[in-house]
Amino acid sequence: MNRFARLLDALAFTPSRNGKLRLLRDHFAELPDPERGWALAALTGGIDLPSAKPAMIRALVAERVDPVLFTWSYDFVGDLAETTALIWPAPDAVAERRNAPPPTLAEVVAELTAASRAEVPALVAGWLDQLDATGRWALLKLVTGGMRVGVSERIAKTAVAGLGEVPVEAVEEVWHGLRPPYEPLFAWVTGAGDRPDPEAAARFRPMMLSHPLEEGELDAMAPAEYAAEWKWDGIRVQVAATGAERRLFSRTGEDVGGAFPDLVATLDFRAVLDGELLVVRDGTVAPFSDLQQRLNRKTVGTKLLTSHPAWIRLYDILVDGEEDLRGLAFDARRERLETWFSDRRPARMDLSPLIGFTTWPELTELRAGARAAAIEGLMLKRRASPYLSGRPKGHWYKWKRDPLTVDCVLMYAQRGHGKRSSFYSDYTFGLWTEAGELVPVGKAYFGFTDDELQQLDRWVRNHTTNRFGPVREVEPGLVLEIAFDGVQRSTRHKSGLAMRFPRVARIRWDKPAGEADRLPVLEAML
Amino acid sequence: MTQSVPAGRVRPEDWLMVRPEGLYCAPADLHVDPTRPVARAVVTHGHADHARAGHGQVLATAETLAIMASRYGAGFAGRTQALALGETLSLGDVRLRLAPAGHILGSAQAVLEHGGSRVVVSGDYKRRRDPTCPAFEPVPCDVFVTEATFGLPVFRHPDDAHEVARLLEQHRRNPDRTIVVGVYALGKCQRLLRLLREAGYDRPVHLHGALEGLTRLYGELGVEVGPVEPATMAARERLAGAIVLAPPSAIADRWARRLADPIVAMASGWMGVRQRARQRGVELPLVISDHADWDELLATLRDVGAPRVWVTHGREEALVHAARGMGIDARALALVGFEEEGS
Repeated sequence: MNRFARLLDALAFTPSRNGKLRLLRDHFAELPDPERGWALAALTGGIDLPSAKPAMIRALVAERVDPVLFTWSYDFVGDLAETTALIWPAPDAVAERRNAPPPTLAEVVAELTAASRAEVPALVAGWLDQLDATGRWALLKLVTGGMRVGVSERIAKTAVAGLGEVPVEAVEEVWHGLRPPYEPLFAWVTGAGDRPDPEAAARFRPMMLSHPLEEGELDAMAPAEYAAEWKWDGIRVQVAATGAERRLFSRTGEDVGGAFPDLVATLDFRAVLDGELLVVRDGTVAPFSDLQQRLNRKTVGTKLLTSHPAWIRLYDILVDGEEDLRGLAFDARRERLETWFSDRRPARMDLSPLIGFTTWPELTELRAGARAAAIEGLMLKRRASPYLSGRPKGHWYKWKRDPLTVDCVLMYAQRGHGKRSSFYSDYTFGLWTEAGELVPVGKAYFGFTDDELQQLDRWVRNHTTNRFGPVREVEPGLVLEIAFDGVQRSTRHKSGLAMRFPRVARIRWDKPAGEADRLPVLEAML
Repeated sequence: MTQSVPAGRVRPEDWLMVRPEGLYCAPADLHVDPTRPVARAVVTHGHADHARAGHGQVLATAETLAIMASRYGAGFAGRTQALALGETLSLGDVRLRLAPAGHILGSAQAVLEHGGSRVVVSGDYKRRRDPTCPAFEPVPCDVFVTEATFGLPVFRHPDDAHEVARLLEQHRRNPDRTIVVGVYALGKCQRLLRLLREAGYDRPVHLHGALEGLTRLYGELGVEVGPVEPATMAARERLAGAIVLAPPSAIADRWARRLADPIVAMASGWMGVRQRARQRGVELPLVISDHADWDELLATLRDVGAPRVWVTHGREEALVHAARGMGIDARALALVGFEEEGS
């Protein structure tokens, strides 16, 4: 447990992805089974423990600490788990307990899983007596179910893959057939065992991803070799159904089926499909913000199921029955998909249509005319390409519609993290109201070069009018041309608007702040 | 209930009081650590919130006087008088003695005796071992004036060696990166250098320019810190795999850009609280403090056995609350003399 605690602690303080990867890889390499497997499970949300409520923690600490001192301490620290971990008194009276070795993560998981709800407080208190402050913090984070150390499932899997010569896609390929503490997985990646057989379960197949189409690339491409389809503005998903099991995976292989029971109920077939998850009402795709309301929920009420019905627009078929189709060319797979679809007529699904075209200028014109809210742009797929995992070069291209732009005024700048911690690199910008007041409309932290970042940093430091901790307020004197993919109504922002994917398109050193855009310009883009 | 005063004894609050310029001992015409210029001052240690320039006369340890001269120039006071630890000086009918405080080099507690009672003004102090200065000496007294910088029970500083081992572990795991540690220029810097040497780290440590003067002075005063080199002129490649010490203000700012992919560390008692560390952009928080933690504060109150405790500098209310729970008549120093009789 102490080793796991040190890992969590270090992860919480390490901002960079590579730094986190190194910490995880070292941990998985240095710790034995099953300890490392439970750590992996804890970080990927794979442990289901009878969770302890904050009220239980408060009750435990009230038995040992003066409540007045605890209240003042909690006010200062601001986090219940951390306050408790720091304030927990060393158990002088229970010497044998203090001298007992601290529990391993595996012991904690095993005992908590076996315990009844009434036994949990005593178990937790006993461990708090045996652990050091960092160990206590990690234990409390584990039992209250919120790690929040900035590790995605993908980073954790990448670290496991890094133990051997295995690509992360191969780990994802077997992942859903495995259960914590993942001994066969570690054995396989370190060369000490065979590849675990994932066929039994409805598992995730790593998805094929695209590259953005760069300027001029079309000239070298022959229109006849490519199929085109709309890029729908939803969430890319994979459906995996074996008859017995029905799963809905996100692009990174996370099971998101729990939030979409209406869809999962209809997966009464044996196939693996690739498509776009959308909210569709009467055949019309709703804006992305409607889909957002369905995401990240543990349970969905009937009201939301009726008002925001989920739908999948199909792009591809990977497995039909027992047959793996990934080796076939796109055209052949498309034919299989259309046949499968007309045979099955699945509820809550339709086909993403192919767009007929013969020349690039023709397609360019179609793309320019596509302003429907639900279309992000076009996809170009090479007709001869098999379905490959990852982001292989030269097969699929995304050709997003041109972004919208507005000229905004820089209002606040905040220091970045990691390599950027000495730079003011996160920018809040605003637009003028009719009354001549500047209101913030968004925040951007990319879109500029390293040289431009240096210039922006210097400008911020020289034009600061106020400081709030890591944030500087600057005089309204610099215009940023902000590019974004869309704008929605938002109650969170003072301006009532929120942009999607805002980024700095150009720094308008030349433009006076007074000539930046006004709020109605952005409102008109809704 | 009115406090009873034995015959022939003067109450300490009648001869030691809080004035706008600092704690004032009237019968000796002496201020302790005044923040504005006064005629005569006893200075407990060289940190800027305790040691100011411009007093008529300064009484302090020879080390503290040397530190003040190095920071403010030779003419920082009209007159100076060095007092050795343990030496007693009579100022009218007040006796003044300095006792070691264990905070930084030269740090001392001011022990004041008058009218049959003894008051100890601790200044800043800690109880654990510090290789750069003698250990705190508990002096039994009637009134103990204590600091409370870390006066909350969430502050329990771990063993220094444990924190230095964490620093060296990061150093070992990251051979191509610079580890830059934020340290206060006076005390923390030199103590960390000594702790690194004790842990067996014998390579040169690179110092930010703002740390060089005081580190040299420590050497002249007999605190050897091993090989140090300036960080400011060194090439980026030379700083890969190096440990660099710098003032806290420099570690995450423009100065740090010269370093090779730095890991930002900070040595301070505040680093025990995660949010504090993250706010400063610290990746490697090291809990190394020159102030007493909560357990040391309470242990000190027990060791000096003073029936009355006045609390200043920090979280007065929590320490006052805990001391009262121990049966001590404790109050915030700022309130001494302002309370109603019998409160």
